[in-house]
Amino acid sequence: MKIIVTGCGKTGVAAIESLVSEGHDVIAIDNRLEAIEEIRDIYDIMCLCSNGADYNTLTEAGIEEADMFIAVTGSDELNMLSCIIAKKMGAKHTVARVRNPEYNDKSLGYIKQQIELSLIFNPEYLVAQEIFNILKFPAAVNVETFSRRNFEMAELLLRDNSPIIGMKLSDLRKKFQANYLICVVQREDKVFIPDGNFVLESGDRIGITADPAEIQKLLKMLGILQKSVRDVMILGGGRIAYYLSKMLIGSGNTVKIIDSNRARCETLSDLLPKARIICGDGADRELLLSEGLTASDSFVALTGMDEENILVSIFASSKQVKKVIAKVNGVELSDMAEKLGLDCVVTPKQTVSGIISRYARAVANSAGSNVETLYKLMDGKVEAAEFNVAVDFEYQNIPLKDLKLKENILVSGIIRRRKAIIPSGDEVIKAGDKVIVIAANTVLNDLSDIMR
Amino acid sequence: MNVKAVFNTLGKIAVVEGVLLVLPLFVSLVYSEFFSAAIFALTVVFAAAVGGILMLLTQRHSHVIYAKEGFAIVAGAWILISLIGALPFKLSGNIPSYTDAFFETVSGFTTTGASILTDIERLPKGMLFWRSFTHFIGGMGFLVFVMAIIPNITDRSIHILKAEVPGPAVGKLVPKIKDTAKILYLIYVAITLLEIIMLICGGMPVFDSVVHSFGTAGTGGFGIKSDSITSYSPYCQWVIGVFMMLFGINFNIYYLVLMRKFKDVLKSSELWGYITIMLVSTVIVTVNNLGIYSRLATSSRHSFFQVSSVMTTTGFATADFDTWGGISKAILLILMFIGSCAGSTGGGLKVSRVIMLFKIISREINRLLHPRAVNTIHFEGRKVDEGTIDGVSHYFAIYVICFVSAFLLISFESFGIETNFSATAACFNNIGPGFARVGPTLNYAAYSGFSKIVLSFAMLLGRLEIFPIIIAFSPSVWKK
Repeated sequence: MKIIVTGCGKTGVAAIESLVSEGHDVIAIDNRLEAIEEIRDIYDIMCLCSNGADYNTLTEAGIEEADMFIAVTGSDELNMLSCIIAKKMGAKHTVARVRNPEYNDKSLGYIKQQIELSLIFNPEYLVAQEIFNILKFPAAVNVETFSRRNFEMAELLLRDNSPIIGMKLSDLRKKFQANYLICVVQREDKVFIPDGNFVLESGDRIGITADPAEIQKLLKMLGILQKSVRDVMILGGGRIAYYLSKMLIGSGNTVKIIDSNRARCETLSDLLPKARIICGDGADRELLLSEGLTASDSFVALTGMDEENILVSIFASSKQVKKVIAKVNGVELSDMAEKLGLDCVVTPKQTVSGIISRYARAVANSAGSNVETLYKLMDGKVEAAEFNVAVDFEYQNIPLKDLKLKENILVSGIIRRRKAIIPSGDEVIKAGDKVIVIAANTVLNDLSDIMR
Repeated sequence: MNVKAVFNTLGKIAVVEGVLLVLPLFVSLVYSEFFSAAIFALTVVFAAAVGGILMLLTQRHSHVIYAKEGFAIVAGAWILISLIGALPFKLSGNIPSYTDAFFETVSGFTTTGASILTDIERLPKGMLFWRSFTHFIGGMGFLVFVMAIIPNITDRSIHILKAEVPGPAVGKLVPKIKDTAKILYLIYVAITLLEIIMLICGGMPVFDSVVHSFGTAGTGGFGIKSDSITSYSPYCQWVIGVFMMLFGINFNIYYLVLMRKFKDVLKSSELWGYITIMLVSTVIVTVNNLGIYSRLATSSRHSFFQVSSVMTTTGFATADFDTWGGISKAILLILMFIGSCAGSTGGGLKVSRVIMLFKIISREINRLLHPRAVNTIHFEGRKVDEGTIDGVSHYFAIYVICFVSAFLLISFESFGIETNFSATAACFNNIGPGFARVGPTLNYAAYSGFSKIVLSFAMLLGRLEIFPIIIAFSPSVWKK
């Protein structure tokens, strides 16, 4: 597909990277020459140094035959404007990033409809949502939800004292009887889709899919269920912090935000009257301790500096804060943060590339069994995709054990009439189902791609 | 420096050359030249073995390359393909000295067309075909060809494209390099086929048509007769003259034509500059030549052909321009330096650089007159960024330095300044024939081995626009 991306900041580059790796023809537009020069040599794309809302630029980029137009410049208004122009000039689908909280309420749907956007997304909101899910579920390092929360995938890190270390999966199943599936295991740099003979080791990161209630049940049996957090301390008062605080306050938690910018603190205090806003340097230990870091049961580092987030999070872990989450933009740094002992790192880049790839695949394949949700897990090595089964799906009503699936693919869940089913070999796929597939090192565009 | 990635890519390149050598092998068989065929078969095996060994020794290694690896790959590739490509000439005994064979092959790949052969017609057809085929491969770029057919020769192949494609700035036609390379080759092959057909229609034998079209397409200039194109009909001379001009045009223009963006084509200032320079030169030379060729038609035909041949840096000849008047020879010498358009198969400084140089000079003068004036330079309807402007001025400086050095080195020969100067200019700008002792009816056989090596490198410097060769030979790049 031919895809035009305007805006080559962090989000733009994340989008470009995932689109290029999926083999699309990408044309990048940015009016900052430095930004263009930085990516020109790294990705196999065409670059234009210009304004993405300009008629001539869009003509030069070949907007008439573009399948998708993605606007992710720093300005919401410019994104919306360029999407309007792109649509009028013939782009088939337009995607805009809109992150100003003022637009992110009821007006969002209205805007989307009026300017005929195919997708409107707000990475900060999505990242906040991701962190919120983890905080609700602190035993996990990551939680993704499918099919409007009827199905979840929780990533757990197995520590030395975990009771299930050294167990075969088949034995585990006999011992803890619940409706769940361990569908993926990451050990160091390798990713496995395990079978019954797989033995778990300390340090493994495992992915469990199940109904949310079943996951709670399993964790209770394993003895690692932690209570959901109550007091959250957030470092850095950016947009993610704002959305996250709003969600946390909405579900009855207490929130404390620390930011060094006075003006920003005042805005936050205006927007979030129930939160406690502290103006000060978050890297200052005294401040953190005097504001009750040790009394909080969770700490979230969301400043713009990866390094600061990592270091302060390590400090918080050392003060026995139960749940520590650090936002890290750089993928290399997030690897390092995990080696330094931070198990819970949130990478906005992965969230962005997940949503962009999902949409691009849905566009590329609008007739077949579409991707409904797509998550990139385990540093992007594994994809968990939810498909809607179309009426004309070829392999309906065949027991799963008789289907010839590709390697490294697992059908880990079927949702039928809002009920989650952990499929056994005798289960079949029917039209109207939602099917959740885990795939390692494979790109899935359509549900039938899982067949050999 | 990722040395393994460089050698791995060189290995792939040797294999591709081996595959290409099968073509002259077939031609030899068609003309029942079994000895030549055996020589080509031997070279195919050798190229495949060299490539295979290089690839085996360096497999399973990171293939991520950066700018310096890109330069090293391009420089290494061109030297490697010339070393291998020279083998058939040497092994078959057609060119007894390997230095001479190397000179001839470099001259072929760099599309120079300077020859050391004194009796071309004696060569077997297979050898003549290979000699001209090197023009065809070298014209659009050997690595561009490799990129079009092999998927992902390295990660970030853009560095290779940048180092090989001539011109001040590389513009991709479509987002993917592989697709860009394919489109370029499709246009290239299509125009070449058109020329072959038009020459056959004009009564030129099929073999001659193919070989001359290869020479035109790459703007090379190897002929198969000692008197180049002189003995063919005026129709064939016009066809070759016009096609030389077409191959000197930036290939982006043809892509725009294919996309039916005719307005953008007409707005190209480089195209207009190129056509204007060529027409004005043709008119002056035609008038100047009226004393030699009494008829206007003859004079204009020879003048246009020579102007087109020299400006596109091809080097075919229909007349001995060494006997022409002073002003005509001066114009041809200047055209050698200007060269063709950026992004074409021709050499020289490139018309776009010359236009930008004049704009830079006028800005400098303006700055002296109005010290506080702010001037931006515009080209092709848009602002030229300062990086490109610096690039053009620096390129010109290093171009002059390299030219002067090469000229100095070959001036140890006792041929007189006209011969040595024009020989350096003709090799450095990839034209072929110069004046006096290296004029269109003569050749480079008289030069010593040392001078031939110097001129070979001058050709490589000219074709790859200097930097790749200089970078590949600087020790600091190879340090770990």
